[in-house]
Amino acid sequence: MAKNCHNDYKMKFSSDDEYPDLSQHNNHMAKVLTKDIYAKLRGKSTPSGFTLDDIIQTGVDNPGHPFIMTVGCVAGDEESYEVFKDLLDPVISDRHNGYGPSDKHKTDLNFENLKGGDDLDPNYVLSSRVRTGRSIKGFTLPPHNSRGERRGIEKLSIEALATLEGEFKGKYYPLNGMTDAEQEQLIADHFLFDKPVSPLLTCAGMARDWPDARGIWHNDNKTFLVWVNEEDHLRVISMQKGGNMKEVFRRFCVGLQKIEEIFKKHNHGFMWNEHLGYILTCPSNLGTGLRGGVHVKLPKLSTHPKFEEILTRLRLQKRGTGGVDTASVGGVFDISNADRLGSSEVYQVQLVVDGVKLMVEMEKKLEKGESIDGMVPAQK
Amino acid sequence: MPFGNTHNKMKMNYSAEQEFPDLSQHNNHMAKVLTPEMYAQLRDKETPSGFTLDDVIQTGVDNPGHPFIMTVGCVAGDEETYEVFRDLMDPIIEDRHGGYKPDDKHKTDLDPENLQGGDDLDPNYVLSSRVRTGRSIRGFCLPPHCSRGERRAIEDLSIQSLDALDGDLKGRYYALKNMTEEEQQQLIDDHFLFDKPVSPLLLASGMARDWPDGRGIWHNDNKTFLVWVNEEDHLRVISMQKGGNMREVFTRFCTGLTKIESLFKERSHEFMWNEHLGYVLTCPSNLGTGLRAGVHVKLPNLSKHELFGEVLKRLRLQKRGTGGVDTAAVGGVFDISNADRLGFSEVELVQMVVDGVNLLVDMEKRLEAGDAVDDLMPEQK
Repeated sequence: MAKNCHNDYKMKFSSDDEYPDLSQHNNHMAKVLTKDIYAKLRGKSTPSGFTLDDIIQTGVDNPGHPFIMTVGCVAGDEESYEVFKDLLDPVISDRHNGYGPSDKHKTDLNFENLKGGDDLDPNYVLSSRVRTGRSIKGFTLPPHNSRGERRGIEKLSIEALATLEGEFKGKYYPLNGMTDAEQEQLIADHFLFDKPVSPLLTCAGMARDWPDARGIWHNDNKTFLVWVNEEDHLRVISMQKGGNMKEVFRRFCVGLQKIEEIFKKHNHGFMWNEHLGYILTCPSNLGTGLRGGVHVKLPKLSTHPKFEEILTRLRLQKRGTGGVDTASVGGVFDISNADRLGSSEVYQVQLVVDGVKLMVEMEKKLEKGESIDGMVPAQK
Repeated sequence: MPFGNTHNKMKMNYSAEQEFPDLSQHNNHMAKVLTPEMYAQLRDKETPSGFTLDDVIQTGVDNPGHPFIMTVGCVAGDEETYEVFRDLMDPIIEDRHGGYKPDDKHKTDLDPENLQGGDDLDPNYVLSSRVRTGRSIRGFCLPPHCSRGERRAIEDLSIQSLDALDGDLKGRYYALKNMTEEEQQQLIDDHFLFDKPVSPLLLASGMARDWPDGRGIWHNDNKTFLVWVNEEDHLRVISMQKGGNMREVFTRFCTGLTKIESLFKERSHEFMWNEHLGYVLTCPSNLGTGLRAGVHVKLPNLSKHELFGEVLKRLRLQKRGTGGVDTAAVGGVFDISNADRLGFSEVELVQMVVDGVNLLVDMEKRLEAGDAVDDLMPEQK
């Protein structure tokens, strides 16, 4: 392995001189990174040259949010999670409910294993959506990758997606070279992603060279969507109006597996291991990388004093309909699974299906002026 | 920055063409100069501290440019950048600095006695006078590339040196990270406080990393001499005061700078300087003197005159709004300063400002009286 000479140059300064000031910080990295860990890891780098300072830069630059506990570190390649495990294992444990360094993660993308989920009441459940991320083996991740790598990922993705047929037949729209009309349409469909503005992402280097090799692919039916080279190599999204989560999940699993086969044929499978499941840029997305959710009308339940408690017990989280860190509008909430690592895709979507079903029942009871105390579930 | 030279070697697995940035939408100096051939030739090089070609150009790739302002689109990560990547930097320097050639010599002159006049710009028109420059401390990497350890060492050295100043220059350091609310408010009121950069031109080059660690502001008790530590350059040195006595501003500027330089030397550190590029700074646009000397001056009539732009050009001056670069003028008050940095000495540049502003004020008075100014039009300097 070649010398990483900027890192070597920094070694002239003592560990204390280089250790970041984390006194104002409130993120997972800041809670875990002691001076001892810093001293131990600062001389290391992954084969592609990603160093400890690269991992933590975003967490140093963004002290945190008073209400949201951010992760404060990113991976630059698959090996980051191994080389820097002394930092990342405790961060993972903290973020993923005590997940241990020797725990095994189960992957289950067999949609047949989902029970029910095809009949969430459409009077309440306005839309259903499942998303995840995938990283392609042999390339470094968005905080670190070069233009050549990013273009290589885009090229492979275009080839792979172009072979999809039937319900998955679709088209790729590179961000660079989109016509105005195409852009308008993608915005109207809520498909378009734009250059990240969040400093959490920009400080990690993910927006470099924008919009080179970034793009959006979607099927003709507009129910299956892939983002290329945004925060992860690929983000895969299945969605549709109404409450048929079963169908959304079926399409998600089938589409994902088709895509994976094609990448494997090109000797670029997805990054996965039996401990961390699917490897993604942000440690918070390890495991399934899956967020399955609905937009659901809960005007009464959401103002009930037990709403938060119910969500916690159901292992669900709420967001506004603009996504993370937005407010809900008109009593409509985005409800999704809180977990990512340590349980399978089927298990997490089942939690959403069962949990949302229960909450809609509760909403109906409250509408009739009845109590829901007897319906409050046990902790899942 | 995330690249590092080890990643640079890994990138060699891809062809130069595969790695060459898409500059088709771009309008900055780097984009005008960087050809695929040049990229191929330079991409496997690195400075001793590990700064690579992609590090140099990242800000210019990420910021295609401004339709009206020609941005530079590249930065230096250390002193050696200008040498190792000279095939790219020399043409950019030539383009930006009026045809300055790779073997030209730059003259440094910080003797205020060599300035003629400048103590009597009409204070009815000239509201304030200011001179600024930057300095880099040899032996450390520059803001796009320096580590926390380096930045803190620069801060420590700066505090030690500045603390030794006395007389008119005696002052105090305010670290950004533990400023009190009162101190912060006072610095804002004095127009001294600098904040975390928001410009994507700076952010994309990595200069805001670890903010506000190692950053601070020093100023003298009289509030006429100010040093910014670890913002866009290691040091930014500013001398300023109300009114039109540019001579005094420049004298304090030179005295202060020279004293600071000798205090650093006492601590075995010198400023980055060479006889070709003068003072070496982060942005190629600031090479040479790094000096911007200017005034806030009332020119409501002249600024509306059709020859205003031409007059400035001939005087080698530029106008800005009173909020600084890229702001609009308010109430007919303009920031007028030297356009050049490299290839002229400090004294020469301040002389141009003094002489030029005197002429502009004369023209303004003519127009106020309803007289013509054609006969006052200067030659191209």
